[in-house]
Amino acid sequence: MEKNTDLFEYVLRMGDDSLILGHRISEWCGHGPILEEDIALTNMSLDLIGQATNLLEYAGELEGKGRDGDALAFLRYDREYKNLLLVEQTNGDFGKTIMRQFFFDAYRKLLFERLIKSTDIQLSAIADKSLKETKYHLKHTSEWVIRLGDGTEESHNRIQESLDALWKYTAELFFANEVDSKLLAAGIIPSMEGLQEDWNEIVSSVLEEATLTIPTNNWKQEGGRIGRHTEHLGLLLAEMQYMQRAYPNMKW
Amino acid sequence: MKEVTISELERRFQEKIDNDIKIEPKDWMPEEYRQTLIRQISQHAHSEIVGMLPEGNWITRAPNLRRKAVLLAKVQDEAGHGLYLYSAVETLGADREATIDDLHTGKAKYSSIFNYPTTSWADMGTIGWLVDGAAIMNQVPICRCSYGPYARAMVRVCKEESFHQRQGFEIISLLAQGTPEQKAMAQDSLNRFWWPSLMMFGPNDAESKHTAQSMKWKIKRSTNDELRQLFIDVTVPQAEMIGLTIPDKDLKFNEETGHYESGPINWDEFWEVVKGNGPCNKERVDARKKAKDEGAWVREAAMAYAEKRKERSAIRA
Repeated sequence: MEKNTDLFEYVLRMGDDSLILGHRISEWCGHGPILEEDIALTNMSLDLIGQATNLLEYAGELEGKGRDGDALAFLRYDREYKNLLLVEQTNGDFGKTIMRQFFFDAYRKLLFERLIKSTDIQLSAIADKSLKETKYHLKHTSEWVIRLGDGTEESHNRIQESLDALWKYTAELFFANEVDSKLLAAGIIPSMEGLQEDWNEIVSSVLEEATLTIPTNNWKQEGGRIGRHTEHLGLLLAEMQYMQRAYPNMKW
Repeated sequence: MKEVTISELERRFQEKIDNDIKIEPKDWMPEEYRQTLIRQISQHAHSEIVGMLPEGNWITRAPNLRRKAVLLAKVQDEAGHGLYLYSAVETLGADREATIDDLHTGKAKYSSIFNYPTTSWADMGTIGWLVDGAAIMNQVPICRCSYGPYARAMVRVCKEESFHQRQGFEIISLLAQGTPEQKAMAQDSLNRFWWPSLMMFGPNDAESKHTAQSMKWKIKRSTNDELRQLFIDVTVPQAEMIGLTIPDKDLKFNEETGHYESGPINWDEFWEVVKGNGPCNKERVDARKKAKDEGAWVREAAMAYAEKRKERSAIRA
């Protein structure tokens, strides 16, 4: 049972990342800066909601208490969500949305590439499917970071500001605690060695091409992985959980 | 080459139409035909794009993961329809951005139904069932429209719309068979959307200023009243089947004609909403303007970057 508790926690983190970020990007639907980009953002949101569904359903099975993906998505309290602080940050302008997504995509691509080698068949299958989507997302967001960074003076300044504001949330991408070490020791997840270095390489090469500057302030803001969130999550949940809270125990 | 007179060109044009030969972008066409199509197709495109807003309103409050994904996909389909339709407008020599500016200044219209608010989750069902249902009735005949690009766009649009209609009916049937709160939510939604849905077919034939010419050009293939009647005949039994009541005390089935007869439509309301006095006209257009204004720096950046790349590759070459 020990294995399932740790793996539950591990899968839940990923499910929550996908869910909260998928929800955030879905706020763009109908309001994008160009029709083509509205469609692209909605695609990313759909992929993330799809990943969230697979991951949270699986988390529910691992937990073994009869909660399904919807129960986990819609009926937990804020402290029980284990997503990164990065993904719950508000959309801001298009540049901030892109920068947030770019940081996340680079991390997720590297994570899924490793998790394909998981000895847990279900986790490996989800990673395999999600990796294909994530590679597209990363390509798309990298291109936009470069375009906005090296576009006009205004776009450069705007996206640099978003980079500065979001940078402190990126350390949490590499959060690990005893859950990770136990799963590694049990041979369920592969080693994440080099993940942070690889991430730094992807990110710095794109930011360099975008003529953007990585902040020298290395203050790190963490907490999401242990359920301690920013003010933004509560508001997001109030909206997302509205129907399930207002009309409990009904089928939709 | 022999000079061909305008009247000869017009004769050949009408002959093609009468023989159901499609008119293609490079073919000669009367200026009025071109302008009618630009007006109609761009308004159709605007309807798709503005139509994303009332449903988009519920994406972040969808009650479960499956509904959230389906609603996102559906609203995204509407964006896709907008995109093909703007492309069809461009084949007529019109500029996409200029037609969008017409929407923002109020010169161009869009389907009035989207000026009604979506105040409950049941509206996601009702919109699929009634609004997409009515849109299909309006659009299926356009698959045979005389203008090739519009007709072909409509074939694909109608396939997706029929999927939307079914998912809407699925939502509303589930609610209609659900708890008392869900039933009440479904009935309330039908009460609010029934009459505006009937208005979607446009004014009565006698009042419709574009119908006659558009029928002759085969841009339009059925009249407003014919389509409205078809919609009523199909929809009333569906409402009965799931136990909802159509909010029309005069509604009755005429055994002789085999059609339903409905009460009078409030055309004053229709014209007020068309003029801009509907409950959400301002919000809808403001939301579109805001998206365009706030996206200006993004579009400028993309253009500037493309320009820089071109210069750099020219230097390298």
